Amino acid sequence: MAIVYEKSKGLTDVEMHYCPGCHHGIIHKLVAESLVELGLLDEAIGVCPVGCSVFAFKYFSCDMQEAAHGRAPAVATGIKRTHPNQAVFTYQGDGDLASIGAGEIVHAAMRGEKFTTIFINNAIYGMTGGQMAPTTLIGQKASTCPTGRTVEQAGMPIRVSEMLATLDGCVYAERVCVTDMANLNKAKRAIKKAFEKQMRNEGFTFVEVLSTCPTNWGMTPLKANEWLKNEMAAYYPLGVIKDISAEVK
Amino acid sequence: MAKELWKGNEAIAEAAIRAGCDCYFGYPITPQSEVPEYMSAHMPKHGRIFVQAESELAAINMVYGAAGCGMRAMTSSSSPGISLKQEGISYLIGSEIPAVIVNCMRGGPGLGTIQPGQSDYYQATRGGGNGDYRTVVLSPANIQEAVDYVQEAFDIADQYRNPVMVVMDGMIGQMMEPIEWREIPKRNLPSKDSWATTGRKGRAEHNTLNSLYIEPELCDVHNQNLSRKFAEMEKNEVRWEEIRCDDAEIVITAYGTPARIALTAIEVLRSEGIKVGLFRPITLWPFPEKALHELAGKDHVKAILDVEMSSTGQMIDDIRLGVEGQKPISFLGRAGGVIPTVEEMVEAVKNTLKEVQ
Repeated sequence: MAIVYEKSKGLTDVEMHYCPGCHHGIIHKLVAESLVELGLLDEAIGVCPVGCSVFAFKYFSCDMQEAAHGRAPAVATGIKRTHPNQAVFTYQGDGDLASIGAGEIVHAAMRGEKFTTIFINNAIYGMTGGQMAPTTLIGQKASTCPTGRTVEQAGMPIRVSEMLATLDGCVYAERVCVTDMANLNKAKRAIKKAFEKQMRNEGFTFVEVLSTCPTNWGMTPLKANEWLKNEMAAYYPLGVIKDISAEVK
Repeated sequence: MAKELWKGNEAIAEAAIRAGCDCYFGYPITPQSEVPEYMSAHMPKHGRIFVQAESELAAINMVYGAAGCGMRAMTSSSSPGISLKQEGISYLIGSEIPAVIVNCMRGGPGLGTIQPGQSDYYQATRGGGNGDYRTVVLSPANIQEAVDYVQEAFDIADQYRNPVMVVMDGMIGQMMEPIEWREIPKRNLPSKDSWATTGRKGRAEHNTLNSLYIEPELCDVHNQNLSRKFAEMEKNEVRWEEIRCDDAEIVITAYGTPARIALTAIEVLRSEGIKVGLFRPITLWPFPEKALHELAGKDHVKAILDVEMSSTGQMIDDIRLGVEGQKPISFLGRAGGVIPTVEEMVEAVKNTLKEVQ
């Protein structure tokens, strides 16, 4: 019998802890498949964050380091500078990357560190129980903005991809989502492209994946998918934000 | 080997290179900026890595990443910057990653002063980060010791898979002294293959570095294992020096620069017929508690005088734990970059003697 589909060798057999309808599992799979398809799995070194994907070191089958909250880009800098020919990536959520780790990601991008960051933006702190993130939308309710985020109280949400794209060291930034097969395929292409660019030493590469958090959004998985497409994607537009090599061509 | 004149901070940077430091991550702060400056010029010549980080926080986390791959990694800073590294130090210990951290201490609190201080003793020996942990803390009193200890620190770190701190006051970083590059005894070190995240490269299992143990029982086991390691360090690594203590009525306790000044004070006092000695902890942790206990218990010792570049006294807590009430303890502390003088020490010794007579 022909095998038409199998679990990626880039993932271990450890059972994932993610909530029903959460996109982390899908995004893990895309990263794992990309590493395998590019022949990078055996040499890859990943760094996972603090947040819902804190246990990602158990799920990816490559060597992994678990970083302190927000510090993954600094940790990855230490790894990549000493292992310049190996694939290095960070996998970070929006609380980790856009809030407490804002300094680390900006400076890693500024230096043009040659690793890839997979940024999971679900507009909320998931692991700690649904608090407001810098990415929480205006009007969106969270446990620390129970009546909805306001501009007066918390300012406008941060668009990280656009911000990093202003830095010369960042050669590639794309925002994707995995709500349906078409978008999932685009997301996979973006992740692979980022790793390919990394291995060509082009510079810092960044893929933002809009993601759902049905548990803390208080929605069913399907409703969460709809909300992502209608509300999140309206503020965080999908597509290529920056691609230096494409611009050169 | 011929002696060479070296500035303290540049000497410890060169010492690290000679000890096989693969990568250095730092951030400018007075009075240790000569360390990153020296590293930026010399590490590339040896094919090694230098990165000026955007903060002390980032620097210690770059150390985490590189050392986690099995590289010999170092960072250095001065007091306020070392405060920022405390998070990273706690994570290094939790994930059992060896590294070398140099603190060229200045006075505090807050910005304090850029002049020498010793008020980070608690932070270094009690752990400024969260969790139950210890680091071996070496405290040189001259530049020769500084270069020797920095070289040895890499081996100690690798032996226990635990960061090692070299803590020196800013005076030692800033002054120049003749030193010699002598052979440092090498230890038999365990392989890093079983844990370093080098990329699997055909290895059957993936290596992971992590300080998170979400199951209480497993976290307890992890902590108990770490504690056993700390006990090993306590057993093997304690170091101190006793100078002219054989007949001393007053024992000065001091480390770093005050310990050197004490040597002159002892000469002055001895020439006046006052019997004084010096007890100098070299490892601030593990503290030479038993040795001090034994010395304080001797009949000829009448009192202890603790001298620190700290206004409250910090090491004095360990002195009390060592002395255990056997003899009275007095204290001379200067802070804010003021270094205790020979005259002050002589006076303090005489006052201490008067109190016990």
